[in-house]
Amino acid sequence: MKVLVPVKRVIDYNVKVRVKADQTGVELANVKMSMNPFDEISVEAALRMKEAGQASEVVAVSLGVQQCQETIRTALAMGADRGIHVLHDGELEPLAVAKMLKAIVDKEEPGLVILGKQAIDDDCNQTGQMLAALLGWAQGTFISRLEVGDGELKATREVDGGLETVALKTPAIVTTDLRLNEPRYASLPNIMKAKKKPIDQMSPADLGVDPAPRLETLKVVEPDKREAGVIVADVTELVDKLRNEAKVI
Amino acid sequence: MVLAPRPEDLDFILHDMLRVEELAEYPRFEEHGRETFEAVLETARRIAEDKFQPHNRAADLAEPKLVDGKVEIIPEIGQAIEAFNQAGFSAAHHDEALGGMQLPWTVVQAAFVHFQAANLSTAAYPFLSIAAANLIRAQGTDAQKARYLGPLLKGRYFGTMVLSEPHAGSSLSDVRTTAKPDGNQGYRLTGSKMWISGGEHEMAENILHLVLARIEGAPAGVKGLSLFLVPRIREDGALNDVRLVGLNHKMGYRGTVNTALAFGDGGDCHGELIGEANEGLAYMFGMMNEARIGVGLGAIMLAYQGYLTSLDYARERPQGRHPGEKDPDAPQVMLIEHADIRRMLLKQKAVAEGGLALGLWLARLVDRHGQDPSERERIEAGLLLDIVTPIIKAFFSDQALAANDAAIQIMGGAGYTRDHPVEQYWRDNRLNPIHEGANGIQAIDLLGRKATMRDGAAFGLLVREIEAETVTARQAPMLEDLSDQLSSALNRVRHVTSVLTSAQLGPMKMLANASEYMEMMGHLVLAWIWLRQASAAVEGLRGEDGGHVGDREDFLKGKLHTCRYVFARELPKISPLADTLEHFDMTTFDMDTEWF
Ligand SMILES: Cc1cc2nc3c(=O)[nH]c(=O)nc-3n(C[C@H](O)[C@H](O)[C@H](O)COP(=O)(O)OP(=O)(O)OC[C@H]3O[C@@H](n4cnc5c(N)ncnc54)[C@H](O)[C@@H]3O)c2cc1C
Repeated sequence: MKVLVPVKRVIDYNVKVRVKADQTGVELANVKMSMNPFDEISVEAALRMKEAGQASEVVAVSLGVQQCQETIRTALAMGADRGIHVLHDGELEPLAVAKMLKAIVDKEEPGLVILGKQAIDDDCNQTGQMLAALLGWAQGTFISRLEVGDGELKATREVDGGLETVALKTPAIVTTDLRLNEPRYASLPNIMKAKKKPIDQMSPADLGVDPAPRLETLKVVEPDKREAGVIVADVTELVDKLRNEAKVI
Repeated sequence: MVLAPRPEDLDFILHDMLRVEELAEYPRFEEHGRETFEAVLETARRIAEDKFQPHNRAADLAEPKLVDGKVEIIPEIGQAIEAFNQAGFSAAHHDEALGGMQLPWTVVQAAFVHFQAANLSTAAYPFLSIAAANLIRAQGTDAQKARYLGPLLKGRYFGTMVLSEPHAGSSLSDVRTTAKPDGNQGYRLTGSKMWISGGEHEMAENILHLVLARIEGAPAGVKGLSLFLVPRIREDGALNDVRLVGLNHKMGYRGTVNTALAFGDGGDCHGELIGEANEGLAYMFGMMNEARIGVGLGAIMLAYQGYLTSLDYARERPQGRHPGEKDPDAPQVMLIEHADIRRMLLKQKAVAEGGLALGLWLARLVDRHGQDPSERERIEAGLLLDIVTPIIKAFFSDQALAANDAAIQIMGGAGYTRDHPVEQYWRDNRLNPIHEGANGIQAIDLLGRKATMRDGAAFGLLVREIEAETVTARQAPMLEDLSDQLSSALNRVRHVTSVLTSAQLGPMKMLANASEYMEMMGHLVLAWIWLRQASAAVEGLRGEDGGHVGDREDFLKGKLHTCRYVFARELPKISPLADTLEHFDMTTFDMDTEWF
């Protein structure tokens, strides 16, 4: 079966994110960008399926600015077979991404789409679920284990109460959590091979989707600084502070 | 934690200053371009961050130890080296046929500096193995290449460099280890070696020692030294007669196990000759020249780490108020607000970024030396390498240590504790002026050999290179004064060099002030590499390259201003040094040993 892996270009996880002075967003100028770490886990999962003979082809998809091709190249250098890039310069919300992914799924007909459970820039945690709903496919989210059977998948989900294993009929959607695997690095020989792998480019219009945002961002601000703690003398003082200063009881 | 180098700086050096994409014009690199270079650097950064950096302190706290006769090393070191090898870094610059990717040396070095910055002592193991593979590739027989290159490039075998002996460190002409022909093409070695990095451990299938020794009956001095390959485990699977005598306990650089080794105690240490007899030191230096650039870069990367660490700290630590602020209730300002802190940050930035630019410029010369179609270009690149290599090794390792010192100073008491990494950077860095030829020896080499070699041809090429930059810089009005300043510094250095090399002082007196000469040349080269960066920054600020100025404005202005700092505060140091040299000041020479 074919496996589709969406990969998002985000601010590198090591970068200290700064809010722009005009509060319209975060500083992206001259900031290092990388593949969303959850998406690396998705690529790794797809590659392992291919190595185990469970997947025939791994296709990496990215939506956004021209430099998203670099993110796709990273996936190709990890071992994915080819790429699809939907070029779009403006902001993209999860719903628009899910719609465009649906159009790509309709064309590519993969047996499985593996997404990250969320992207570390906006932390939305929506795209996978929306895509499953749009396609009417089964979904297993936040998975830390994946067993591939014949026409069926067993996905172990990390939920609040512990672990939950669901059986999914393929075609299906899964979204990956941190503990699923440790993604490989793009090795030097594979970087050379990746150069020769094809990347198809298209536009949202080619997919028949209007990607205009539905939400308006009013402003972006830094979270409040945490204040230093105090040590209280006894329980009475604690209760007093909770009641009168923090006003939580 | 921060990891040097800063990506935008590396990008600037490689592309704005060195135009590395042009390397793809050499047929060997035609498959390459910016895209593959960037992907390689990205993988390097990732592995350095994930696998090398996290155990830097752990390796410092738990130095290698002997347990039941075996060297025990924390497992993270072996795991990091495995990731390095699996990604293909040991083979990167080799032929595709050997499993390499024919990557230019410039990019190999640019990748490697990430590992050095993250963890210098773990990086030392692949550093030595890469050097050993280069040497075998250059001098080995086909049979030796067939047998050893593959496993070295895959990282199954590690390499070492075995020169020093307890009584022969700087003075290799006194090496006593001997080799006796075994009557069957091979040799049996006997002797004691000291200070051998990576000399014994359990991390590799085999360790290939490259050993300097004297074939019985060979001439005395360095002319009688040959190079031998001595495997830890012989081809028949038996343990070779190489005995670990003990481990050295170091102040820093602790992850790299350092050993005293006895070769042939039992009379059965098998070795094979590499190349021709009595050519050993030339071969070893062929390898060590690249290694010396690597040592310089290692020192520089620790300076860069210290710079970034102390910079972060200075931006976040509130302390004191500006002079003149009378209100004790006014909030404290950040350390970076104080001019004296900025002085120490600038000093570090000058050494770290200037050193990296110089190291990669040298690596690009290695590519030109190896690949340029014109023989003249190749020879010239070789001569420039000859003369600048001791400078990056010695001057920059001294300056890098001073930079780490400034990082500690900026961080005050915190910098002195093990809660912060800068004290370790300093201790790790303290080795670099000592090994791979102590800095004093490098200075003697620079003045005694390199400045005069081939009738001063190498020196002349460096002069030409610096002159060319003064011409380029002059085209930018804002660099005109700096260009003039560098021209007159260059004239001064030329004058001093000709006075020193033509005066009939005799070698003793001429070399008595070699370290001052090294320092003078170092400051000249530091100023030159900064003017090169400034020219590239001016170009960048014009925004001809796709108009990314907006993004890079602060960065490029920082380059220009650091260049100004170097010209205002560092380059003038040439003057008193030149005085000492020109006037043949013999104060140190004349001190009688009994007067101490
Ligand atoms: C941690 C560590 C790792 C090492 N790794 C290796 C390795 O892997 N393989 C290897 O072969 N060696 C290795 N070495 C050895 C290193 O190269 C030597 O320590 C170095 O060459 C200096 O030799 P020495 O220690 O005997 O000092 P000495 O030669 O005694 O020098 C002491 C001082 O005297 C000065 N001096 C010596 N001779 C002269 C002279 N003629 N004129 C002026 N000044 C002079 C030197 O500049 C130096 O400052 C290592 C050393 C250390 C400390």
